[in-house]
Amino acid sequence: MKKRDFILIGTILAIALLLWGAIELTKEEGAYVIVTVEGKEVAKYSLSQDGEYELNGGTNILKIENGEAFMIWANCPTMGQTRCTHQGKISKTTEKIVCQINQLVVTVYGADEGDVELVG
Amino acid sequence: MKTKRVAFLGLSIALAMILSFVESQIPALVAIPGIKVGLPNLVIVFLLYRISWKDAVIVSIIRTLLVSMLFGNIQMLTFSVAGAVLSLGSMILLKKTNWFSTITVSIVGGICHNIGQIVAAILWTQTAGIVTYLPVLLLSGTIAGAVIGLISGMLVEKLKKWRF
Repeated sequence: MKKRDFILIGTILAIALLLWGAIELTKEEGAYVIVTVEGKEVAKYSLSQDGEYELNGGTNILKIENGEAFMIWANCPTMGQTRCTHQGKISKTTEKIVCQINQLVVTVYGADEGDVELVG
Repeated sequence: MKTKRVAFLGLSIALAMILSFVESQIPALVAIPGIKVGLPNLVIVFLLYRISWKDAVIVSIIRTLLVSMLFGNIQMLTFSVAGAVLSLGSMILLKKTNWFSTITVSIVGGICHNIGQIVAAILWTQTAGIVTYLPVLLLSGTIAGAVIGLISGMLVEKLKKWRF
């Protein structure tokens, strides 16, 4: 390990830390979640209302409880992927649950936010 | 292609596949998609440093294809290929410069693997917001790459006298 090794690694870690700080600091209390499949909004649920919802024609089941959303069931195979049911509870803006196999994303939005962001 | 090389590459691919399987049996420590140690990269980094970058490419491609076919699906293949191409490509280029140690090269490989996965996930789900996973994946790529680079470096050192 030479000096430039440490410079490169240090720079990468500094960037990661700065980005992480920026994301954490701008998080706010969420008001609702939007479910998208292939980037298209398919459902919207308030975080203040408890309930269980079947998503995407039954591929996933989302539960909302005490202002937090989490995936309780999914039909995906597990090999090599982090299952959406293991991604925990989300309640703050920009937090999300990603179910890669079903191209499904659940994202938290704040009360004052508008439409879903789309790629392309 | 010499018989010996065929046998050696076959053995390397088998080892990389077993490591993929072992890794898939380890429960995710953190609930963020894409975080892995990348055990098969032990084989790849070793080949890159001890044998040749061409062998590393061959083993990486075949291993990715076979593992996806055996245990995954076409969608998993997209993710794996995106990660593998970026990761190995960056490591080959960085190694060529001769500026950095094995550990640093492996760290950059780990990070590029994760960036490839994020890009694939964004395109696949059409959700740009997934980019918020970047800081965590930069960090996890650094740690995973350091571990793999450290062990691979030790293997290269220990097996210096072996003829492959």
